[in-house]
Amino acid sequence: MQFWIIQGLNSLSLGGLLFLLSSGFSLIFGLMRLANLTHGAFFMLGTYFGATALRSWDGLNIWVTALGAGIVVAAIGGLFERLVLRRLKTNPLGQVLVTLGMSFIISDACLLFWGGDSIPVPTPQNLQAPTRILSFVFPTYRLVLVGCAIGAAIVLYYLLDRTRLGAMIRAGVDDGQMARAIGIPISRLFTIVFCLGAGIAGAGGVLGGPILSAYPGLDADMLPLALIVVILGGIGSLVGAFVGSFIIGFTYTFGTALFPELAYIILFLPMIFVIAFRPQGLFGRVGA
Amino acid sequence: MKWVGVALIAGSLLFPPLFAGDFYINLASQILIAAIFALSLNLLVGFGGMTSLGHASYLGVAAYISALLTSRYGFGHGPAAIISMTGTTAMAAFFGVIALRATGLGFLMITLALSQVLWGLAYRMSNVTNGDNGIAGLTRPMPFGISLDSASSFYWFALIVASLAFLMMTIFVSSSFGSSLKGVRDQPRRMAALGFNPWLIRWITFVYAGFWGGVSGLLYVYYHKYVHPTSLSITSSAEALLGVIAGGSGALGGPVVGAALVLLLKNYASAYLERWNMLLGLVFLFIVLVMPSGLVPGFSSLMARLRGNPR
Repeated sequence: MQFWIIQGLNSLSLGGLLFLLSSGFSLIFGLMRLANLTHGAFFMLGTYFGATALRSWDGLNIWVTALGAGIVVAAIGGLFERLVLRRLKTNPLGQVLVTLGMSFIISDACLLFWGGDSIPVPTPQNLQAPTRILSFVFPTYRLVLVGCAIGAAIVLYYLLDRTRLGAMIRAGVDDGQMARAIGIPISRLFTIVFCLGAGIAGAGGVLGGPILSAYPGLDADMLPLALIVVILGGIGSLVGAFVGSFIIGFTYTFGTALFPELAYIILFLPMIFVIAFRPQGLFGRVGA
Repeated sequence: MKWVGVALIAGSLLFPPLFAGDFYINLASQILIAAIFALSLNLLVGFGGMTSLGHASYLGVAAYISALLTSRYGFGHGPAAIISMTGTTAMAAFFGVIALRATGLGFLMITLALSQVLWGLAYRMSNVTNGDNGIAGLTRPMPFGISLDSASSFYWFALIVASLAFLMMTIFVSSSFGSSLKGVRDQPRRMAALGFNPWLIRWITFVYAGFWGGVSGLLYVYYHKYVHPTSLSITSSAEALLGVIAGGSGALGGPVVGAALVLLLKNYASAYLERWNMLLGLVFLFIVLVMPSGLVPGFSSLMARLRGNPR
């Protein structure tokens, strides 16, 4: 019983991390029609920043670190969008290739600066003690992480559904041309959404650090998970990213625990199933 | 003018084994392998308008199947090659059914996700694939009893296969099927209205490209006598795609030039610095931002302008 509960919690926390990664990816794709393959690298950059900061200063608050790393990664993303992606507005294939090239550059730069060994990230001290609920023991940090992802989902939902900025973003997702014609500054929205997506990924990277630790290839491990989440949930849909993240979190965690060698094939099954019967994804409105 | 070009190309293909040292002959063999791979990818990218980021799947899976069959299960090279090609083509047929549910960026993301799944599998399933250690100690085949262990004999072998591949792919794209493929790339709805089945045309092309990707994978494993999960990685797919884009995806010869350039760059760069991935990324940025139509079309339009008949 303890096994199932612990694995269930692990699934939830992985799902939470995946949501932090894929919600930004999905938003960027929905608004900009851009498959941002740098997203895994943004996540990894966040993890490395977090690892360095938390190991250098004792007692540094992980939430502050996540916020700081999120802002730095958002700034890097914003620069990338302004200086490079902007020039390729009419060339969607070129945009994808550039984000791919950028992901190579970032991951190789991380290897250069931080070396090839994996860097463990300490769990915050006040969250190290396990939580006991009904005679079951839970690692507190993972519980908090799940809560954090749900909190982020609520904030994002509120932002998109209840604010003026969100209304403009939704208008841009639905019909960019028309939104531009009625005076919505689509170009500035692109930068805002790209920064937002990159920032969430970077902050998610810090929060994922104590569970995943920072290692070269983290980006290549996380990006396909995010892709599968987005394909599964429907591109551009926040609800889709949320549901997809937890489906993949569960599939991957239980797959790894029960059939460690076949985990990747098991991962692949829900995706095939959804593509076969609903190519636009569970919550997607139109195909990509 | 055209025959001068053909004679020049033929001469340069015969040149390495006759005059150059082993190092250059091996480099030329690797270029031939990369060229077949890039050509097969270009069937999708250039002629089909389907940008795949998972083409390394076919190279890697063909290489792995052949390596496993010959080293672990005692198959001869002939049967191993046949099984490996059948398996790879069947996989392409299956992946095609999945990936072609989407077009454009969705297609790209699905091919990328599928190939990353295979890459992860090659790493994790270490009791079959040996994981990060790869499979070493392989042999080269001996077609008709001829040993391919020397650099020049392998070069001739690779040259024959590459010529055949080039010929078969030229026939494929210049046939009436090739025309319908280009039609589907440019105007899928009109083609459908004319009674063609765009999905089927794309799928056949996908399978055909997977087959030739598998052929390049067989040559790859014969050449290196070793296979590692990196052969399935996104870097491997991206190198080929860079070759296609850099060479220019419209022309048939473009990817060959592009693949050769990427391979030469990789070889010379890795002699001086370890940061190949970073360089690859920078080259991507450079090509896309500065020469989006590729080097070969860029160069030929320049030539046309010099001769006074601008396109």
